[in-house]
Amino acid sequence: MPAARTLAQKLVARAAGRADVSPGEIVTCRVDLAMFHDSSGPRRLKPMLAELGAEIWDKRKVVLVIDHYVPEADEESRRIVRIARDWAAEQGLPHVYDSQGICHVVVPQHGHIRPGMFCVGGDSHSPTGGAFGAYMFGIGATEMLGVVTTGEIWLKVPHTIFMRWIGRLTDGVSAKDMMLATIGRHGMNGGQYQAVEFCGEAVAALGMQERMTLANMSAELGAQAGLVAPDETTRAWLQGVGAPDVDCAPWHSDEGAPGVRHNFDASTLAPQVALPHSPANVRPVSDLEQTPIDVAYVGACTGAKLEDLRAAARVLAGFRIAPGVRLLVAPASERDRLVAEREGILRQLVAAGATVLPSACGACAGYGSAIPDGSTVISSTARNFKGRMGSPTAQVFLGSPYTVAASALRGYISDAREILA
Amino acid sequence: MRVWRLPADVDTDQLAPGGTMKFGLDVTARHCLEAVRPEFAREVRRGDVIVAGPHFGIGSSREQAASVLVHLGVAAVIAPSFGGLYFRNAFNVGLLLLTCPQARRIDDGETITFDARAGRIERSNGDALACEPIPGFLLDMVEAGGLLPQLKKRLEKP
Repeated sequence: MPAARTLAQKLVARAAGRADVSPGEIVTCRVDLAMFHDSSGPRRLKPMLAELGAEIWDKRKVVLVIDHYVPEADEESRRIVRIARDWAAEQGLPHVYDSQGICHVVVPQHGHIRPGMFCVGGDSHSPTGGAFGAYMFGIGATEMLGVVTTGEIWLKVPHTIFMRWIGRLTDGVSAKDMMLATIGRHGMNGGQYQAVEFCGEAVAALGMQERMTLANMSAELGAQAGLVAPDETTRAWLQGVGAPDVDCAPWHSDEGAPGVRHNFDASTLAPQVALPHSPANVRPVSDLEQTPIDVAYVGACTGAKLEDLRAAARVLAGFRIAPGVRLLVAPASERDRLVAEREGILRQLVAAGATVLPSACGACAGYGSAIPDGSTVISSTARNFKGRMGSPTAQVFLGSPYTVAASALRGYISDAREILA
Repeated sequence: MRVWRLPADVDTDQLAPGGTMKFGLDVTARHCLEAVRPEFAREVRRGDVIVAGPHFGIGSSREQAASVLVHLGVAAVIAPSFGGLYFRNAFNVGLLLLTCPQARRIDDGETITFDARAGRIERSNGDALACEPIPGFLLDMVEAGGLLPQLKKRLEKP
């Protein structure tokens, strides 16, 4: 009887070409997919590749997404985006998504990330790919240079921390609240740069985009990868984006696989809010004193996917946001924006007073000037470090799209369940 | 080596502010750590050492948060723990990180020496602190000046 293995071990062993790997050992893995964007990618890779006189190891395995400096706001942004476009054309890259939305959402929406794969991304939210049962993590530009020239990367085989969620989420509570609660409990180093696997009834009940939110914020939990074992939900979703017939069967942790186990109850989870200036500074929304807000932001790979837009619209449909509040909505991808238009969701949000912004990283990463100095912000994004959203004097609170929408409606940080009830 | 003490949870936005990222490393360097120690970028000298609290370098994947310290001449960062992504990036760009559980014993402004291979820090008062061992291939990388010079050598081979 072979020893029980974790999903992470199975994924890494496959990529390392080994029958088995043990947590703690250092292995070399073959990379199935390397994703990068205009900020971390071409402008850094091009000169370094030229300096090396090297070529990309396999262009079919490379995906470029132009999402950070678009739409171009100034001369520097135009220069960075031009480098990306020119280099993509020069190299004849087959997979380029220009101004189509944020990489962590666009890349899976084109079927590039499938169960069993081993992927790297030039961005810290790359663990998002783990929602599909792939091992995916973020790396810097120089390490990406190593990957695109050799097709390989070293890895310390991770231990697994299982986050088991029993019960079911109640209406108005979402994956974002699960992650804020997790980070609030375990801190920003709770993941210890190991693999976190989300499991249990509440996780299995989530749709793909909510699972992506779990995996995405594994970054704030300090994990290297955030995994969800793929299942019928995964298979059906991938089928819908042009990646049919994926095999989910091998990609799960065996019964009794080694790891640390933490348990949570989804059925009693209340909406969670992270106070300035850390995603780990978390309280249930009911613990906050009445906190007036100036800006409500529904944006980013973490918090503006189609399911997030649907959540915000459920709260706001037929209402009007509070006077003096700016509600900004930046759909995470063009595809999600189109579906939201078709479903009438965008119209509802605009009618409620929302300003719709381009599908790009935008204010989450401090681009543009959406967040005024001294303002108080409730945001569906992942990070509220001081200055992160562009203003060092802004007070940024993090919440789910439900919470952001409810707060926009009332003008102070609010529990969406009171409105949905 | 003069020590610059920093608090816990120094994140990549504090090291390389997002607003400076579209410019070169020179500009980022002028704003490095301005939210934490405004005088740092101006006064840090080649060979100085940062000693920080836990979770140094949490946040984004931007390796400028590590290369900016190389640019400013920082010889090493010593902390009880580092962001995992930052740890990889630092060695890739030639910045030495020493994981030292007792880093808090080191004071701001004091002079220390270290031996990375031996995993040992020595304070001016003779106090010796142990560091967690670093895999040999990472020490080789940092001694070579990072991954780029190493790749260059590897690709030059016939």
